Amino acid sequence: MAKEILSEEGKNILLLGNEAIARGALEASVAVATTYPGTPASEIGDTFAEIAKDAGIYFEYSTNEKVAVEAAAGAAFCGLRSITSFKHFGLNVASDSVFPLAYLGVKAGMVIVVADDPNCWSSAQSEQDSRYFARIAHLPMLEPSDAQEAKDLTKAAFQLSEKFGIPFFIRTTTRVAHMRSIVKLGKIEKIEKKAKFEKDIKYRNFPPKILEVHEELHEKLKKIEKEGEKMCSIFNKNSKSKIGIVVSGVSFNYVLEALEELELKIPVLKISMTYPLPEKTIGKFISKLKEILVVEELEPIVEEEVKKIAKDFNPKLKIHGKNFLPFAGEYKPELVLKAIAKFAKKKIPKELIEEKFDPAKVEKRLMQLCAGCPHRTSFWSIKKALGLDKIVAGDIGCYMIGVHPPNNILDFVSCMGASIGISYGISKVGEKPIAFIGDSTFFHAGIPALINAVHNKGNLLLVILDNKTTAMTGHQPHPGVGFTGMGEETKALAIEDVVKACGVENVRVVNAYNIEEFIKTAKELYSLSGVSVIVAKGECRLQTVRKLARSGAKIPKFEFVEQPDEEKAKELEAFGCPAIRKKEGIFYIDKNLCWGCGACTQIFKGIKPKVEE
Amino acid sequence: MKVFNLLVVGYGGQGVLSLAEIIERAALKEGFDVKGVELHGLVQRGGSLECHVRFGEKVFSPMVRKGGADLIIALEALEGLRACYYANKEKTILLTDKRILSPSPIEDISSEGLISQMEKFVKKVEVVEASKIVESLTGDIAMSNVFMLGYSIAKKLLPIKKEIAWESVAERIRPQFLETNKKVFEEAFRM
Repeated sequence: MAKEILSEEGKNILLLGNEAIARGALEASVAVATTYPGTPASEIGDTFAEIAKDAGIYFEYSTNEKVAVEAAAGAAFCGLRSITSFKHFGLNVASDSVFPLAYLGVKAGMVIVVADDPNCWSSAQSEQDSRYFARIAHLPMLEPSDAQEAKDLTKAAFQLSEKFGIPFFIRTTTRVAHMRSIVKLGKIEKIEKKAKFEKDIKYRNFPPKILEVHEELHEKLKKIEKEGEKMCSIFNKNSKSKIGIVVSGVSFNYVLEALEELELKIPVLKISMTYPLPEKTIGKFISKLKEILVVEELEPIVEEEVKKIAKDFNPKLKIHGKNFLPFAGEYKPELVLKAIAKFAKKKIPKELIEEKFDPAKVEKRLMQLCAGCPHRTSFWSIKKALGLDKIVAGDIGCYMIGVHPPNNILDFVSCMGASIGISYGISKVGEKPIAFIGDSTFFHAGIPALINAVHNKGNLLLVILDNKTTAMTGHQPHPGVGFTGMGEETKALAIEDVVKACGVENVRVVNAYNIEEFIKTAKELYSLSGVSVIVAKGECRLQTVRKLARSGAKIPKFEFVEQPDEEKAKELEAFGCPAIRKKEGIFYIDKNLCWGCGACTQIFKGIKPKVEE
Repeated sequence: MKVFNLLVVGYGGQGVLSLAEIIERAALKEGFDVKGVELHGLVQRGGSLECHVRFGEKVFSPMVRKGGADLIIALEALEGLRACYYANKEKTILLTDKRILSPSPIEDISSEGLISQMEKFVKKVEVVEASKIVESLTGDIAMSNVFMLGYSIAKKLLPIKKEIAWESVAERIRPQFLETNKKVFEEAFRM
């Protein structure tokens, strides 16, 4: 199925926006692809991982986004086209390596894909609008509105990047990245090229040359803007209407849908290059209008720039945007429809006025750790060993769910690696915290913080949840697992060795599922002053279960052979395994949900392995 | 054909994503324009999952609008009720499994109350004990999604041809599970 993406030219297939980006890169004869997984960008890398060998390209899951950009830049310096992809917070990590590239330039086309997540479907930090990054970095940005455009604009981005010697951003949002729509495939161009680094003064970027390059960069962006003018489309071009709409990205689909439903024929300007904005096209579009509505999710970036452009082209123009539409949350079709109806003074369909259904009245389903998840026993053991009054930090991964009931263990979650850094900061001024971090996150951003904590004499207990994968984003490998993104064997770094090398003296490896051993170790290590580390090993149960299913092996099942007393019943509820359920007051194990880890038998002895008939 | 607006809902791990993709593939084979959206990542961990599928002559939005659903396929009843956000008293058919996985407390609740609530928002609620039937056929509930696909075609709720839908299932399912899936799919047409 994954190989479908390598189908021949001319075929129409369904692709996710993310898959379409990978296909676009192949059609543009990409040679190197790098990433650090993060939703909603993950499937770009995962697609490359599946097809890299067949397509004859190199792909890697890098240790973090900064390194991913650097690896891709290395290829582009040597004349090979490269692509790197990550979620919006990944760009924050990568930015230090991204910004100089505008000044240094690239020899071959280089594309940086950044996926924003309006509504924070899979993001725990902020509703970041990465379009600002294009502006700080002076790097052009293209924004597709569906899978077809995701492919086509990626291809175009490579060509323009190479033509102007500057990396291009492709920016998506969740609903483009995870939109599945029809893509007409183009030809996969395979250019056999040898990498060659040619020594060039331009890579020696020191002052005063930087100032000259900065000046040139603005000239270059002016030229690129002209290319952006060609990438605009106008709908209802011949409309005599005095009002119009300016839009980019996924919102374009909602706008056209709304116009059809409201039977409106007003002109719509769709912009694909959102930095630099095509000033002339926008100016011409707005020159004959009296009012416009700018439809864009998150920050009013296009709206503000259109206001500036209007000063030259149509100072009397009334510009609407965030006065009709919200800053926060993703846009939904009905939201855009209502805004356009208000803007064009049209009637709203009656079912959108009478709000009969109240979603708040339907019990919310909080995300929860899977049945059999090793994080559950890790959380449980720490709570049992050290009580509930300690300060506990979380990090980025499935274990963020520790903020939800019944886990209720994490006091804060910030960004990749910050569990260690912030806990250290707390330990310098206050009491001793406990920090939880996952294996992939530890490699990504935990190591410098751990070294800092040791070097500057911090006082904390760190628990590294080593589940042997990057679980949350779809089970990608990391430096601790022993194979690469291309599926090749490589050295598996033992986390405990890395921790020791960081100067931590008190390091223990425990089996995450062994509650008694975990509690004993946690009590002992927490009582020691300084930085101590527990590496809790337990494979992601989802991964284990998939392996078992693939090998045809049965997943062990458990059952209640007796009912718990009141106290034990409370414990079982607090443990929070989704497979442990109650019907009319009687506890049972839902065999469809149980993944057979057996951890619950340590909490209540009345649960026993089920004997298969 | 006018655009058909479908929601496939359930909780993470039920095969909501696969069912949506199978229908999208079938709609493409039927010659329709198709767009859909799904959610990946952390939201899948036992959370509510909502996939939008739209197909017809020309589709712009990948998302069904509020009050725009023609059909809601719910693999779990509470999620079926939640999806009534998209329901329209004049046209929406809600096909739901009786199964409920109550989020909290761990105490199971009955589906009767939920179904009468759904009836307030949709034209018709169609209840089928998919998971129960599938469990008796295969030993577990994993293939309920394929049963629901068959059932919605059998009852003419989904404008897709049976053979085309099966072709799409076959493309999307591992060969070793095909035979059992076929059994489940065919069972839906005997109801």
